[in-house]
Amino acid sequence: MTAHPSADYILDCRGTLCPMPVVRLRQEIDKIDSGKVIKVLATDPASVQDMPAFARNTGHELLESTTASGVFEFYFRKNGEAEE
Amino acid sequence: MTRDGNEKPRSRPRRATAPSPGPLEPALEARINEIVAQKFSELLEANQKALASAKAEAKPARRKRRLAIVASKGTLDMAYPPLILASTAGSMGWDVGMFFTFYGLDIINRKRNRHLQVAPVGNPAMPVPVPNLIGAIPGMTAMATRMMKGWMDAARMPSVDELIQICRDTGVQMIACSTTMGVMKVASEDIMEGMEIGGAAAFLDFAADADVSLFI
Repeated sequence: MTAHPSADYILDCRGTLCPMPVVRLRQEIDKIDSGKVIKVLATDPASVQDMPAFARNTGHELLESTTASGVFEFYFRKNGEAEE
Repeated sequence: MTRDGNEKPRSRPRRATAPSPGPLEPALEARINEIVAQKFSELLEANQKALASAKAEAKPARRKRRLAIVASKGTLDMAYPPLILASTAGSMGWDVGMFFTFYGLDIINRKRNRHLQVAPVGNPAMPVPVPNLIGAIPGMTAMATRMMKGWMDAARMPSVDELIQICRDTGVQMIACSTTMGVMKVASEDIMEGMEIGGAAAFLDFAADADVSLFI
């Protein structure tokens, strides 16, 4: 068993397709305090590429990505100085 | 003693030196040391300052990326790609400008944007292929549209209206083409709220600095 970062929030995007995981992550990450960790659950195969792209473009830190039985999990730490 | 010729010289050769000027006066030597040390620390400090400012200049504030899209099609299937790209870029903090022109204006026309359709005629990519002759029968376009909306719902895709709302929320700038409005007799009241009305020059001015420019 690997230890995952502990998540303060969970965003369930399972069953939705691009662009919704990125759109909803943006909506949720705007609401939380910087430094907090949000875990995103997704089943859209595009999210494997889209989530790292979101991190590169916004400055929010992608701590870890894993896959468990067809569900992709992404751990983001909010960066307070990230782009608006 | 070794025999291999590597023996240490027994005595150092005498250097031919000029007669020594003799030791410095202790007070003078102290003064020189002091001045040298001061000069050295001054130089060091100046050098560090120059280095720091060069570093700061080399790393300018990060410019927002920019996306410019022309949306020129008014069918249901062609409304999605520009709206998906714009809402994604907006969600990633990009500066986004969309220019709705000709049939693309229907996407932000409040009277028409809920009735965008997809036609089976001349569209061999429909998942259920319909021969053109049958596709031309009245009601077939409505049926194809219903089917596509059904797939969209099943995939939990947002509607065109909802995507426009997401674009608005993420700060996407949406411009209705004034020429199209004039040609197609579209009143400004028919354009959805939060849209601007503009021309090609304004859009080009925005697009000139774009990292990604698309015509859809």
